[in-house]
Amino acid sequence: MDNRSSVEIFTEWDIVAARQLGRNEAKNSGFGTVDQARITTAISELARNIYLYAGKGKIEIERLSTDGMKGMTIIASDEGPGIPDLRKVMEDGFSTSGGLGAGMPGVKRLMDDFKVESEVGKGTTITATKWLR
Amino acid sequence: MNVRIPILKLDEVLIVSIQWELDDQTAIQFQEDLLNKMHETTARGVVIDLTSIDFIDSFIAKVLGDVISMSSLMGAKVVITGIQPAVAITLIELGIRLENVMTALDLENGLTKLRRELEA
Repeated sequence: MDNRSSVEIFTEWDIVAARQLGRNEAKNSGFGTVDQARITTAISELARNIYLYAGKGKIEIERLSTDGMKGMTIIASDEGPGIPDLRKVMEDGFSTSGGLGAGMPGVKRLMDDFKVESEVGKGTTITATKWLR
Repeated sequence: MNVRIPILKLDEVLIVSIQWELDDQTAIQFQEDLLNKMHETTARGVVIDLTSIDFIDSFIAKVLGDVISMSSLMGAKVVITGIQPAVAITLIELGIRLENVMTALDLENGLTKLRRELEA
């Protein structure tokens, strides 16, 4: 069974495509409307970060089923400049792009598990999971 | 793909109902269109109805917040109506507080609130 789908992020329109995919997957996985909104919003933030900071990258969505637990993982990866100060991007209100600075800490709050791996000059991979309750 | 959000005028109020998912371009275009329409019509109030919107990310929230501040600079009052429970929950969790923004449960209540504000 293919439980992984993805959208390449190159343009603003791909942000829309990524969140539509995410919302459909969330709905099909049995998430309620609030969790669907959380997942869609998280994808939108992560996809926009790729578009703004790395220029291009990928949003992958994986359906999970382990030990009777079901869920959905979003993997946002790029080969952009990387994040020099991880602690700083997790602060509310920190932004280098004139945005609201809500993105990263916000995504962490919207999802259940959240992990950032980043290397300056190599890129960033963010993995965020929501579990079905 | 570039659809514009229709802006209707009723007496001295502009009414906007956002019926589909906003992409970045449409949101920015809407900001400009609304301010221009306000200028043309000398409307004093705006109701933006979000009943059909099922999520708002930080970008859309910023555009909405900005358009409210810009309208206020021009002397108009804005009421946001119809925010769904899921949208309210995710906005707060995301860390976005649309403070000093007039809101109402639905369009009808929003219009009543706005009219009262404009008469005051």
